[in-house]
This record gives sequence, C-alpha cells and structure tokens, in this order.
Amino acid sequence: MSESNGATATATAVPVTTRKDWSSDQEVRWCPGCGDYSVLAAVQMLMPELGVRRENTVFLSGIGCAARFPYYMNTYGMHSIHGRAPAIATGLATTRPDLDVWVISGDGDALSIGGNHLIHALRRNVRLNILMFNNQIYGLTKGQYSPTSEVAKVTKSTPFGSVDTPFNPVSLALGAEATFVARTHDMDRAHMQETFRRAHQHNGAAFVEVLQNCNVFNDGAFEKITGRDVRASMLIPLEDGKPIVFGAEGSERGVIQRPDGSLEIVSVDDVGLDALLVHDEARHDPGLAFALSRLAHGPYEPTPIGVFRAVERPEYGTQMSEQITDAQAKRGLGDVAALLRSGSSWTVD
Amino acid sequence: MASGTQHVTEQLDQVIVRFAGDSGDGMQLTGDRFTTSSALLGNDMSTFPDFPAEIRAPAGTLNGVSAFQVHISDHDILTPGDSPNVLVAMNPAALKANIDLMAKGTILLVNSDAFDERNLTKAGYAANPLTDGSLSPYTVYEVPMTSITQEVCKEAGVKPRDAERSKNFFALGLVSWLYTRPVESTINWITERFAAKPQVAEANTRALRAGYDFGETAELFESNYEIRPASFEKGEYVQVTGNQALAWGLIAASRLAGLTLFLGSYPITPASDILHELSRRKEFGIRTFQAEDEIAGIGAALGASFGGAIGVTTTSGPGLDLKSEAIGLAINLELPLVIVDVQRGGPSTGLPTKTEQADLLHAMYGRHGEAPLPILAPKTPSDCFAAAIEATRLAVKYRTPVILLSDGYLANGAEPWRLPDLDTFEPIEPGFAAEPNHVDDDGNPAFWPYIRDPETLARPWAPPGLPGLEHRIGGLEKADGSGNVSYEGVNHERMVHLRQDKIAGIAADIPPVEVNDESGDAQLLLVSWGSTYAAVAAGVKRVRARGMKAAHVHLRHLNPLPANLGEVLNRYPQVLVPEINLGQLSRILRAEFLVDAQTMSKMQGVPFRVGEIEAAITALLGGKS
Repeated sequence: MSESNGATATATAVPVTTRKDWSSDQEVRWCPGCGDYSVLAAVQMLMPELGVRRENTVFLSGIGCAARFPYYMNTYGMHSIHGRAPAIATGLATTRPDLDVWVISGDGDALSIGGNHLIHALRRNVRLNILMFNNQIYGLTKGQYSPTSEVAKVTKSTPFGSVDTPFNPVSLALGAEATFVARTHDMDRAHMQETFRRAHQHNGAAFVEVLQNCNVFNDGAFEKITGRDVRASMLIPLEDGKPIVFGAEGSERGVIQRPDGSLEIVSVDDVGLDALLVHDEARHDPGLAFALSRLAHGPYEPTPIGVFRAVERPEYGTQMSEQITDAQAKRGLGDVAALLRSGSSWTVD
Repeated sequence: MASGTQHVTEQLDQVIVRFAGDSGDGMQLTGDRFTTSSALLGNDMSTFPDFPAEIRAPAGTLNGVSAFQVHISDHDILTPGDSPNVLVAMNPAALKANIDLMAKGTILLVNSDAFDERNLTKAGYAANPLTDGSLSPYTVYEVPMTSITQEVCKEAGVKPRDAERSKNFFALGLVSWLYTRPVESTINWITERFAAKPQVAEANTRALRAGYDFGETAELFESNYEIRPASFEKGEYVQVTGNQALAWGLIAASRLAGLTLFLGSYPITPASDILHELSRRKEFGIRTFQAEDEIAGIGAALGASFGGAIGVTTTSGPGLDLKSEAIGLAINLELPLVIVDVQRGGPSTGLPTKTEQADLLHAMYGRHGEAPLPILAPKTPSDCFAAAIEATRLAVKYRTPVILLSDGYLANGAEPWRLPDLDTFEPIEPGFAAEPNHVDDDGNPAFWPYIRDPETLARPWAPPGLPGLEHRIGGLEKADGSGNVSYEGVNHERMVHLRQDKIAGIAADIPPVEVNDESGDAQLLLVSWGSTYAAVAAGVKRVRARGMKAAHVHLRHLNPLPANLGEVLNRYPQVLVPEINLGQLSRILRAEFLVDAQTMSKMQGVPFRVGEIEAAITALLGGKS
C-alpha cells in the first residue's frame, strides 16, 4: 500500500545527482583521520551511480561511531538505539518494499549488543544492505575491547589482556545463512564502491564487513594487511569464476583445496594454475565460502576480500507480500463488518 | 435406570458453573462450548478461564488443575461471579483445588470413576471425600463419567483409551441438560472441528448425547433449571474474548486510518492470541512479524511506523521490560506506535496465566529520562475493541507511542458484545507531511521534522518517499524545530517540556469522567480502572440495593487523566481505589490531586469478587456487611 504511505509512484527518470546532493548540511564529527570518512565518501560518491532516488533511500543505524552515518546522508534516515537497527530496518523494509534500506553498524553494535538481530535479519533474507564497520574496538565509549578484538588485547577494560575469542564476522554471517557476504576495507575506495554496488544489487540481506581504522583507539589494526605496501601480498581478492590468486607480483600465490576439504595458500609455481581453487560465489553450499573466511586467523595473515557468497533465495518482505496477495485473491479484501461476525452471532429484536 | 422420569424444570435468574479437571481434560473447551450455547440462548454471560502455566502438569495433581467459570443470567451481569452454584470436578485434584470456592448447599457434580486410590493420593486426600462425610454440606452427584463415556464410544469403534478423552463432552452434556441448554450447536461445532477425524467426532457426539440423556433418565436429579434470555438492547451480538476484540480493534483502526497494520511481536502468555488472530487475517493486508525477541518486535513495529504504517507490538510484563529502551526511542522520535501490554502477575516470570494490574507505574515511569506517553486501559473484554481504536487514534494524532494496558482476565474472559455500528467511529487522519515547511538561510524550501502543530504540539509525520522532505531523526536530543542534533542545555529543557506538554494536552481531547452517583449525595467514591470496572460497578449496584450510597467513577485514560478528575475526587470525603496491585493508581491520584485516595489491594491472580467490593464499601460506610 505504498500510495497510502506517502510514496508517489512516478515514471519520470531518476534525476542526475552528484555527491553534493547526497551530502547533508551537517558537519561531520568523526575524529580527524578516522576511516569512517573514507567510507562516507565512497558511499556518497557511489549513490549517484546507482540510479536510485534520495527520497526512496533510507540510512538506518544503531549506536556507535559508525552509527552517526545517517546524519551525513541527505536521504531519509534514523539513528536508533544500540544494536537494534537490523530489527527496525526489518519493519521498514517489509512494509515499504519500494525503499532502499541501508543499515550502518559497527562491530560492537552488530556483533555484541545487536548480534541477535543481525543473525535473524540475515537468515530471514530481508532486503537490507548492512555495512558493518569493523575497527575491532569500542570507539565512542573510548576504547574498550570489542567482540572482534584479538585475544590478549590490552584495553581500559582488559588491563590484563582480553581472554575472549573474537568473532570472524564473515564466518558468522555465513553461519547465519546469509545470502550475500562480502569484505572490503577503508583504504580502497574503488573496492568499497564495487562491493557496495554488488550489495545493493542483491535482492535479500547483504552483509558487508568493512575493515576500518580507528586511528585514536586502535590505530593500525589492519595495517599489516591493508597498508599500501603490503596490500598486494596480504589481501586475497575473490573474483567470481576465477582462480584465487594474489601476491606482491600479482599472482604468484594461490589457494588450493586439500583432499580433506580444507584450504591452503600455496605457490602457484609449485602446483600450477589449474590446481587452484576457482571462486564460485553462487555455490549453494556455504562450506567453501566458510573455509575461505577461515584462511586468516586475524589481520596479520593473508586475508580474502570481495564477495564470499552471493546466492538467490526468496526475499522475506516479498514472501510476506505474496501471502497477503494470495489471501486477498482467495478471500477478497478484508471486510471489518464480516470479520466481527466470523464466529456465531445472534440477533436480539 | 428407569426411563422417562418426569423432571420439574425450575426457573433461575442466574447460575455460576465452574468446570474443573486436569489440564488435559479439555475443561477450557467444555466451558467455552457451554458459554456459546448460553449466549445463543440469549443469556447474558461472563467467563473466567483459570488455568496453570504448565501445558500438562503431572496428571491428577493439584498443579495440573484447569478450571473455567461461567456466569449466565437472565439479566445484565458484569462479572464471572463470586461463588459457583455448581462445580463439575473431573478428578479428586479438581475437587480439592476448588472446594473452598463452594458455599454450603451448592452442587458438586463429580466423576466418580476418577476417585480411585491413585488419584486420591496424588491430590493429597488421606480418605475418599465421597465416602468420608466431608462433603455433607453439599449436594453431591456422583456420576461414573469415564466408564459411561467408554461404553457409549465402543460402538463408534474408538479404543477405550481414546474414548476416555471424550468424557469432557459427557460432562458438558450433563450440565447442558441440568440447565436446559440445547446441544445441537455443539454437535455442529464438533462435526466441523473434527471433520478430518470422523471417529473422534462420533465419539465426542455420543459422549455429549450420553451426558444429556443421563440427566434425563437417571433418577439422580429431581429437577433441572431454566435461565430465561436476558433482555438485551436490540442488535446483533457475538461472543468475544478480550484478545480477539483487541485484535479486531487494531484491524478496524488501521482501516479507519487507511494505513497498513504492522504487528511486531514475540510469543508471550497471555498476549499471544492477538498475534495469532492478526496472523490469520492476511486479507486485511496485515503484516505480522514474529520477531527474534521482544526488542525486535517493537523495533520492527517502530521501523514500520517510520515507513508510514500503524506499528503495533503486543506483549506482557516481561516483554514490556525489554521494550523500555525502544519505547523511549519512539518518544524521542515522536512516531506513532501502539504497545499492548496484557498484564499478568509479576515480577519476573511471576504468574504467566494469572491476571494482575501491576504494570501501571511501569507504563507511566518505566523508562529513563523524562519519557511521558499516553496510557489507557479497556474495561471489559469487548471494550478492548474500542480501546484499541482509541489507542491508535492518539498515537497517530499526537505522533507518540501509546501503551494499552489489558490484562489476563480481560484477554481470556468472554462476554456477549453488541456489534457496534462501524460508521460511528471517526476516521483517523494520518495527516502525512506533504511539502516543505521551512525556508533555509539561502531562501530554499526545507523540511524541518520538529516544527510542531501549535494546537496538538505534534510534529509532522513524513514517511520516506517524498522528494524535498528527506530528513534524519534519532535518539539524540534534537534542536527544537530543525531536529538537528543538539546538546544545548536550554534547548534540552525546552524539548523535555514540549514532549511533556504534548502528552498532557491530550486531556483536552479525551472525554471527562462521568460520575455514577445515583442519589447525588454519596460520601464515598469508588475509582476503578481497566478490568476492575466490572466488580466495582456490580458492587456499587449491590450496596445501593441495600440502601447505601456510593458513587463510582471509571478511568479509561490513565495518562493523561481526564481534565475533570481532580474536581470530582475532591467532591467526596472518601475515595476508594480497588486495584489488582499494591495501590498504583491511588499513588498517582494522591500525587496528582492531593486527595486521600485509599487503596484496596488484591493480588491473587484473580479479579475482585463483587462480594469483596460490597464488603469494603459497607465497612467504609459504617454499615454491616
């Protein structure tokens, strides 16, 4: 019932826009040098290319540094409460399928206080673009360890080192039956934009982990893999239909699958190009994607980036709408007067 | 057994029957069918299902006893009755758990087959009450319900063990005979309900008829009874429970507003039936979402409201606890949202299936910060319909979350409901923002989400979709007007006042209370709210019949309170507030109006009895009860 929700059906062409049109008049208040700036720029610059309207775009967030994001987008937006954005977005996206709904979250927001909402939004496959900025720290509360912080991390709340095993966000999303799972990082605008574009195209819940540097409380957390000098040898780009290769020289290293199913990084010269694992993001079984997510134990080993998984599965809101359409086709549009008489009624004269 | 015994049929003006058995004995269904056939006969009636939280507690134990009380009459009644005239006890535990409710001389209809040593021990009887003389103050009818049922079901080809399950229909048949209720409507119901299992339908029908015939032919009963139809106002009636009426009210409200109804909910007793009912009605375009938890339930509802739907969440006490943060967000966002709390005994898990009114102060104050919202409560099961519409109206008009406080008694209780003329309900105007409402510094049109309507103080509701109205809202304090984030102290204080004044101003938009003071010179005022309405109204009626003067005022709106309430309270030297809590409303009335409102408390998981109200009034007026 979009017509009753204030949405106007219009056949006119989507207006040509620039980054400026998508930027709100609010002063951006992240710390100077924060990785969030580059993600914001990537998104604001990408939006004009997506062929979408500002009025049909909503950015929703929870709490945390990343959660300020909606204030800076000149779209509809909501800065909500800690961890709950996927739940709020589910209500919005399922009642308003005409909207593009983006959820902006962080590692604490999405994986700690809001972990439950994230996994359920993913398994239901609600049409949402969920961007999770992972900086492995609580920034807004000034530096406590997060559910993605490495073991033994010394922070204000873990002066003797953290003893918590961290989540691997990509593994978690795959385990939660997510249909689209990707990873990108704040040092590579083109890669971010390509990944976000793919997420936006996906009809269902799209989960993107964005490795993002917190230069105040966890500076350099990803330097060993995303630093300009090391990137080629430490990031493993996943490209659909292509053998998985990487390396300082371009493609001297690759990934093979061992007979027991596990993956291993090898020298391409040693095994030959044909022995390499060919990435298949549409593979129905998430097992291989999961194995890829386990290649690195932390941001100090070669780490895959790109789209791990992109499969088709019926979208949640669409199915909800179909049940309504079917019921209305079978029973006619609901009639309140008849509803009140659906049990036995009697008349007093 | 002699056949064709002539029975005298006596007239009664009312009767209270209580069916009691094991949780698995089908007592709720039995009571419900008895109620329906009485309603179809034109009696007034009121029901009280009283069951344990366990689905199947150990059979035969006191913990597993499930009961259904129904009050039927030839005149206007308000409550399910204080003390039953008849107790149907399917086993010793059912007898033991309910015998204290029974006055001397009342009827006990017991399933004698169940009174074996094993069941007696499980119920904690040292001796068989049927033989030890302890039941001599009552009129006891021992009927071998299990064995007769098994006998008549044999021919239907049902195994004895399965046949035993039909004994509740035997009991229903017998009580139907005793109170001259026709069994045809129940037979039709059985045929329809068990269409896929014809053998079960046959067994149940046979058991029902056998019970009826047993009454007719066994020389056990001297007479049976008739309760004439009540004189109802002309109109079309249905039997309705509170949860059903509430669900229908939400549907009607969404139609009145012309908006999609979105329910975000998590299963919880005793509110789940609202989720079930709305989930069945997809032809109304309702989107029901069984969320991963209570927080997601309200979160999704709020997201739907942001998108321009009527967002609703339904829950009970433990769920309301979890929703507190999201309610605060809704207050800050100033978006419409309906929160239904079907109250049950607390704290914590408390008494899941038993009624209580102890969430009032939680609804009022259970959030951090200054976080006011409207609160209202339905007074009877059927009133849940209109209350749901009123809650939605206020939510939409004032762009605010509203808490609707139902309770376990209203939720499951049933009564006849004269169907309203749907045209009498005013449309609910969503009044979506349609254009920019401001001009920015450069002279360009702009949209400010917190420019208020001067009369209601409500802000514009601008769901996504309209160009030029793009805006951001959030839980951070915002600048008056522009809605931009503001940490400025003076602005915060202004916003706190604006939010409070908006809710307080609703007092001008709700009806003043009407005082029921027949003589006009009563010295005692009773204040009821929510489901205490029935017992208080009936209690006042009773003391008046005895020549005493008491006035009654009922509150549907708990926040804000009706504009004339202070004046009304101050008119009476004595004010008594009966509540199923420790005195939450009287605390509010004392704080608000400096009146000496006295508390009358009860927290036993059941509503007040009329007799308790009557006694309290009598004591306060210095009379004899």
